[in-house]
Parts: sequence; C-alpha cells; structure tokens
Amino acid sequence: MNTGPLVRQISRRQWWLGASRYRRYMVRELTSLFIGAFAFALIVGLWRLSQGAQAFSAWLDAMHSPAGLAFNGIALAAALYHSVTWFNVAPKAISVRIGTFKLPDSIISGAHYAGWLLVSILVLYLVRV
Amino acid sequence: MSRETIELVVFRYNPETDCEPAYQRYQIPYHHDWLVLDALNYVKDHLDRSLSYRWSCHMAVCGSCGMMINGEPTLTCKAFVRDYADSIRIEPLANFPVERDLIVNQDDFMSKLASVKPYIIDTDDVPLSEGEELQTPAELAVFDQYTGCINCLLCYSACPQYSLSADFIGPAALTLAHRYNIDSRDDGFRQREERVGSDDGVWQCSFVGACSEVCPKGVDPAAAIQQGKITSAAHYFKKHLMPWSDS
Amino acid sequence: MSSHKPVFWALFAAGGTLSALLAPVLIFLIGFAVPLNLIDPEALGFARVSGALATISIALTMLVIIVLFLWHAAHRLRVTAHDLGWFPDSVAVVLFYGLAAAGSVASGWLLIGTT
Ligand code: SF4
Ligand code: FES
Repeated sequence: MNTGPLVRQISRRQWWLGASRYRRYMVRELTSLFIGAFAFALIVGLWRLSQGAQAFSAWLDAMHSPAGLAFNGIALAAALYHSVTWFNVAPKAISVRIGTFKLPDSIISGAHYAGWLLVSILVLYLVRV
Repeated sequence: MSRETIELVVFRYNPETDCEPAYQRYQIPYHHDWLVLDALNYVKDHLDRSLSYRWSCHMAVCGSCGMMINGEPTLTCKAFVRDYADSIRIEPLANFPVERDLIVNQDDFMSKLASVKPYIIDTDDVPLSEGEELQTPAELAVFDQYTGCINCLLCYSACPQYSLSADFIGPAALTLAHRYNIDSRDDGFRQREERVGSDDGVWQCSFVGACSEVCPKGVDPAAAIQQGKITSAAHYFKKHLMPWSDS
Repeated sequence: MSSHKPVFWALFAAGGTLSALLAPVLIFLIGFAVPLNLIDPEALGFARVSGALATISIALTMLVIIVLFLWHAAHRLRVTAHDLGWFPDSVAVVLFYGLAAAGSVASGWLLIGTT
C-alpha cells in the first residue's frame, strides 16, 4: 500500500479561529462592515434631509435612539480598530529612502497618527457652534 | 526551575503503511542549550531511527528545518527547547502535502518560484568588455533586505491565502520577484508582471501580514508585496489611461 | 493575464486611508456629540446642515467621503467572502460592488439636490 503524500484539509469557514493573528485579521476585515453601514446611514440622512426639517430631525433622533447609539458604539469601536491597524501597517506599503538611509517605520506610523489627530481636531473645530 | 526531561509530541505519517497521521510521544533529556532540532536529533539517534525530517546547516541558513512548533511555523534550529513548556508539539509545515513524518513536498513552491523569473534579466546589451555593471550603496540598499530569504517556506505555512487559493504565487516568490524588479541592473519587470500582476500574484494577497511575523530572516515579505501592488497598480493605470506610453 | 483588481484596490486603499482618518471623528460627532451634550444640537440641525451642503465644496467633500467609505467596505467584504467561502467571487463582485455603486449614485443624486 502506498497512499502518497498526505494533503491536510483546512476548514473554509473556521480556519481563522486557529490562531490569534488570524482572529485579529478577521476582526480587522469585518470593521469594513461598519464603515460601509455608517456610509449608508449617512446616505439615509441625506435622503431625509431632502424631505425637510422634520424628516431630518427624525433621522437624527433615530441615530440617537438606544438602538442607534448601540450601532454607533460598535461602529466607533470598529472604526478605531480600523484606524489603528491601518496606520500600524502603513510603513509596509510606504518606504521612504534617502540614499542608504531608510526612514524608520515609527516615523511613518507616527506621522499618520499625528495626521489623524489633526484631522479629527479640525473636523470638531469646523462643526462646533 | 530545573527540568530533567521533556516530552516531544511528534506528527508521524508513513505513506507506505498509514492512511492517517498519528502523534507519537518521546521522553527525552532536557538540556538548557538544546534547540528543538537537537531534541529531534536525540530522538533519531537514540530512540527511533524511523523518524524522518530535513535539516542541514543547524544555523538558520539552509532553510530546510522549518516545522510547526506548537502550531507556529518555526525553524527548529532557531528555537530553544528552554523557551517552551515541558511538552512540545512538532508537526510538518502547514499548507504543504506531507511526504513522510515532518517532511513536506515543496514542488508547488518551486514551480511558482521559477515562474516569476527570480534572477537578473539584463536586456540592455552592454557588452561584457565594457566591464561590470556597478551599483551604488543606495541602489543596493533598496533590495538588500529581500536577498536574505532562505526559502524556508515558513511564510507559506503562515499564509491563509496560500492555503485558500491553490494558484496563489505566495509570499517568498513574490518577494523575490520584487527584489529583482527593484534591482538597478534588472530590466525584467514586464516579463515578470504577467505573473506578478495577475490574480494569482500580488492581487491575491489580502495583507494578513502573517508572513512577515514568522519570517526568521527579517525579510518582511508583506512589505515587498504591498510595494509590489503599488508598482503593479501604477503600471496598470499607465497602460490603460495612457496607452500611447511605452508600458 | 493582468488583473483588473488595481481599480478596486485603489478605491479600497484610498477609502481605507480616508476612513482611518475620518470615520472615528465622524461617528463620534454624529453619533454621540449631541446626546452627550458636547455640542449645541443646532450644530447638526436641519438649517445648518442644509446650509452647509448648499456649498459645492462641502457637498463634494461629503460625496467623496461616502463614496470612498463604500468602495473600501465593498472590496474588503469581497475578500472576506473569499476568505470564508460565503459565495463565489462573481457573486461577491455583483453584490458588494453593486451596493457600493448604488450607494454612490444615490449620494451623488441627493447631494446634487442639496446644492
Ligand atoms: S521570506 Fe522569510 S519566511 Fe519566507 S521563505 Fe524567505 S526567509 Fe523563509
Ligand atoms: S538546519 Fe538549516 S535552517 Fe535550520
């Protein structure tokens, strides 16, 4: 008998449960669900805006209802996780070299974090009354 | 804490007699300065001559001793037994067919590696009599880190996309393609791009990043592939938006 | 054969960067700032929002934000459908890219209405 090389099967649905780095990857990927859902919430807001003041404030109320706040909470956590994971790996895609000198990863990530902070403050500043 | 013995739990598979793999336990002496490879060699020399595995250099250079240690792709000659608990599980590298015991079949990687032409393609026809083609330290620095790859395949073993997509070229081969693409002496980008820029190439990568985490040589294949995506995308847009350009 | 994924990957990458920079602050602002009494409810009221979106540059910014968020999410979910074997890639393309395209058109149309 010779059964030849052994091919080990993986579970298409469950492979990512096996190691923490895969679980973190899957969480990272699924943050996109909330980024997308939030974009759709904004579209609904624009639609309600087009229907007038009453409709728009009903949309805002829905966003601030218990169910709305629960969604916002999860979406905010997902968005924060997306931001952190995105900025942490930015140095892999962006390599800055001057001669033989390579800009350290921490500088590239750090610049992204600084930009994040600035943009966030700017938005809050522009919207405040 | 002083330990007298430790246990190795070793994956066994013999294609001539087994339909299923099995785990075999070996009690071996504990030595503070032993590598996991030394522990395996003890088994082979003193307990069980039938155990099959690959190794050669014993110094993280040849790339042949990669295995799963407690589920993590690792060079067994770069891992000390003292860094593990009293029972260590050793299995063949994940994502490859098992030939026997801890030995995997690497044919798939080998043919994919060859398909991306991992060598300098020099088409500018400068005659040899003109002398060697010089490179500045800055030109070397661009790709230097990627030359450290020892083809140990730990990155393939860690990569979910390699296990999910049979045709994916995978981390080390794409990294070597990138290494030659960015070499100032090379003119082979377009020849490689047909493979590298295909759905089986960089575009199958979803940036899990596991390859770079397990690489024993600091090659950082994930970085090479992300930068390869940028190059490949730039090439794509140039080709489609500016068809008159020569690319 | 060369892949057409660069088009969607470019949208994914641009949307990923934009949402990494903006999504947390926008969700916080729209989702929590008023309930937590951190800003005057009028700041997000009908008059102010419709006034702001009447400005072309602000409407355009809003459009870019929504469209890129959508395409970022669509591409990542296409990959996840592949990772978890939800359904064939062709189905994922039609479903997720279709939703992103529909959302893009809808937000464009609505924002033309506000300006
Ligand atoms: S890139 Fe690293 S992990 Fe992959 S084969 Fe080369 S040395 Fe091994
Ligand atoms: S024996 Fe050569 S790399 Fe481990």
